[in-house]
Amino acid sequence: MMKPTTLYEKLWRSHVVREESDGTALIYIDRHLVHEVTSPQAFEGLKLANRPLWRVNSILATADHNTPTTNQEVIADPVSRLQVETLDKNCAKYNITEFPMGDHRQGIVHVIGPEQGATLPGMTVVCGDSHTSTHGAFAALAMGIGTSEVEHVMATQTLITQRAKTLRVSVEGTLSKGVTAKDVALAIIGKIGTAGGTGFAIEFAGSAIRSLTMEGRMTLCNMAIEAGARAGMVAVDDTTIQYVKGRPFAPKGALWDKAEAYWRTLVSDEGALFDKEVKLEAAQIEPLVTWGTSPEMVVPVNGHIPDPQLESDITRREGMERALRYMDLTPGKAITSIQIDKVFIGSCTNSRIEDLRAAAQVLKGKRIAANIKLALAVPGSGLVKAQAEQEGLDVIFKEAGFEWRNPGCSMCLGMNDDRLSPGERCASTSNRNFEGRQGALSRTHLVSPQMAAAAAVAGHFADVRALIG
Amino acid sequence: MQAFTQVSGVVLPIDRSNVDTDAIIPKQFLKSIHRSGFGPHLFDAWRYLDEGQPGQDCSIRPLNKDFVMNEPRYQGASILLARDNFGCGSSREHAPWALSDYGIRALIAPSFADIFFNNCFKNGILPVVLAESIVEKLFQAVLATPHYQLTVDLNAKQVVTPDGQQFAFEVDEFRRYCLLNGLDDIGLTLRHADEIKAYEAQRKQSEPWIFGVTQ
Ligand code: SF4
Repeated sequence: MMKPTTLYEKLWRSHVVREESDGTALIYIDRHLVHEVTSPQAFEGLKLANRPLWRVNSILATADHNTPTTNQEVIADPVSRLQVETLDKNCAKYNITEFPMGDHRQGIVHVIGPEQGATLPGMTVVCGDSHTSTHGAFAALAMGIGTSEVEHVMATQTLITQRAKTLRVSVEGTLSKGVTAKDVALAIIGKIGTAGGTGFAIEFAGSAIRSLTMEGRMTLCNMAIEAGARAGMVAVDDTTIQYVKGRPFAPKGALWDKAEAYWRTLVSDEGALFDKEVKLEAAQIEPLVTWGTSPEMVVPVNGHIPDPQLESDITRREGMERALRYMDLTPGKAITSIQIDKVFIGSCTNSRIEDLRAAAQVLKGKRIAANIKLALAVPGSGLVKAQAEQEGLDVIFKEAGFEWRNPGCSMCLGMNDDRLSPGERCASTSNRNFEGRQGALSRTHLVSPQMAAAAAVAGHFADVRALIG
Repeated sequence: MQAFTQVSGVVLPIDRSNVDTDAIIPKQFLKSIHRSGFGPHLFDAWRYLDEGQPGQDCSIRPLNKDFVMNEPRYQGASILLARDNFGCGSSREHAPWALSDYGIRALIAPSFADIFFNNCFKNGILPVVLAESIVEKLFQAVLATPHYQLTVDLNAKQVVTPDGQQFAFEVDEFRRYCLLNGLDDIGLTLRHADEIKAYEAQRKQSEPWIFGVTQ
C-alpha cells in the first residue's frame, strides 16, 4: 500500500520539475495572476534581457490596488495612473488577458481568479501579492511572490522554492451564529501568532471548515499569510466542485469529468502525517476584534484591552505598549466602549457576495450612527457588485448610510483616495492592522463583515449576536 | 545582481519584533514603476515627522529625532539588526529595494517572514538567522558601543564581532552560490529549459485543462 500523503505533498510532488540535493526545487507554475503594483519592474526586466514570456495563457491580469472606487473613468493621481497604464501597455504588448478598468470582470485579483475559474483545484497559483494564499481554498498550492520572482515565472514558468513543513489546523464542531470564517482566521492567528506558520503550509481541516462555503474558505486561506504561512489550503469536496463548475475558465464536457475525477483525489489521505497539528473548538470561537497593530493582537468583542504588565516576555510587552500608544487605547478598556470614525467593508478578505449579504442582513432597516464619518462598501469585483445590486443589497447599504463603491482594494491599503486621516479609527474587514496601513497614523481594528456592520450601526464595537437575534 | 561575499560595517539596531514591510516602505511609494530611489523613504513613517510623498526632496523634511536610524552613531550602517519575524506582511519587493538603496547589505534576526526572506536573496541582501540569545547579546553590544561594527562573511558562513567572536549561520547552498557569484536566477533556470518543456508536455497529457486559453 502507498504511504498516506498530505494534500500539500500531493500538490508539491505533481509540480516538481527538478530538485537539487540541498532541497531547492524548481516547481512548475500553472496560473500567474498579475496586477499593476508588483509587475512593472518585472516587465522591464524581461525587456532589458530581451526574454519572451514562457506561456502567455497562464497569465491573467487586472488593476486593483490603485483604482479609484468612485469615478473609474479617470485616475486623478498621475503616479497611480502611470502605473495602471503601464500594466495596460505591457498586457497589450505581450498579448496577456487583462480585465482593464471599466471591464465588468475587473476587481481584486484574489476575487476574480476564483470567480472566473482561473483558479482551479490542483493548480500552482502565484501572484506578486502576499494574499495569494486565498486561492488555496481550492486545494491549489498558492503562494505570494516578490517582483523578481514574478519576472522569473514570466520567463521560465517555474519558481525556485523549498518544500514547506506541513501544519494541520483542525477546527471541529459548529460555529455559533454570528461567528464567521473571519473570526476563525483571527482565532487561529491569535492562538499561533503572526509567525506561527512561518515555514509551514497550513491545511485547514475539521468539520467546521468543511461546512464553510467557498467564500468562507477563501477568507480563511487569505489570512494564512497573516499567520506567516507560506500557503493555506482546504481539501476538495462537493462544495469546491460545485463552486468551480460552469465558471468561464473551468473545463467543460468530457474534460470536466476527467478533471473532477482527479480533483476528488486532492485530499490528505487518512493517516497522513503532518509536521505539526493545532486544534480549535468551533463552539469556543466568538466574534473577534483586533486591538493592536498586529493581527495576533485580538480579543472577543465582549473582552477588554489586555494589560502589557501581565506579559512576561520583554520584547512582547514593549510591542504591546507601543501598539496601545499607537492605537490610543488603555489596558482594561472594554472593546464595546471603543468609538469608531469610519467603517470599511471590502478587501480580498471580505468583499465577496456572501460577505456583502451578511453585512446587509445586519444593516437592513437601520442607520449608521451619527459619529460615523464615512462607511464604505466596496465589492471585490464588478461581477460581485452586479450580483449584489441584483439582490438589492446596494439599496440596503445606501439606505443605512453607506457609500456603495466600485471594485478595488480601496481602503484596505489606501493607495487610491480611500484612506483614513491621521488618528482616525476604523472597523475594517481587511486583513492588516499595521501602523499606517490604512493611511498615515490610522488606527485599524479587524473584524468580520457582520461585526463591521454592527459597529457602524452602534458607533462603537458591538456584539453582532445581539443584533441578529 | 550585486555579489555578496563579505560585508563589514556599522550595525543599525531596530529593536522591535514583527516589523512589517508596510513599515519598511509605506504604500505611497509602491506606485513607482522603477526599482531604485526608495532609500530615502526606508522606514519613512518612523523616520520623518511629516507624511512622505513619492518624488519629494527628503533632505528638507523634519526628522524624527527619536527614531534610532536618525542618530549620528548609526549613519552609514550596512548591517541591520532586528527581532523576530522581520519583514512580515506584504510581499512588496520594494522593501529589500529600499534597504539596499539605503546601503543595507546584511540583516541579522532570530527569524524572518518567508516572502521577504526570499526577496532579499534576489537583491544581493543576505538575511542571517541567529539564535535569539545571540541576537540579544548583539543588541546589547550595539547599544553599549557607538559605531559598533560587525562582519558578515558568507564564504565562511559566520558573523564576526570586533573582539573576534564568531557566530556560525546556515544558508541554503543554492542561495549561497547565487549570492556569492551575483548570479541571475532566470539565466540559471533557463539552463533547464528542456526539463521544463518535458514536464510541460507530460502535464498537457495528464491535466490538459491547465493549458486552456484564458479568454
Ligand atoms: S485588498 Fe488589500 S490585501 Fe487584498 S490584494 Fe488588495 S491591498 Fe492586498
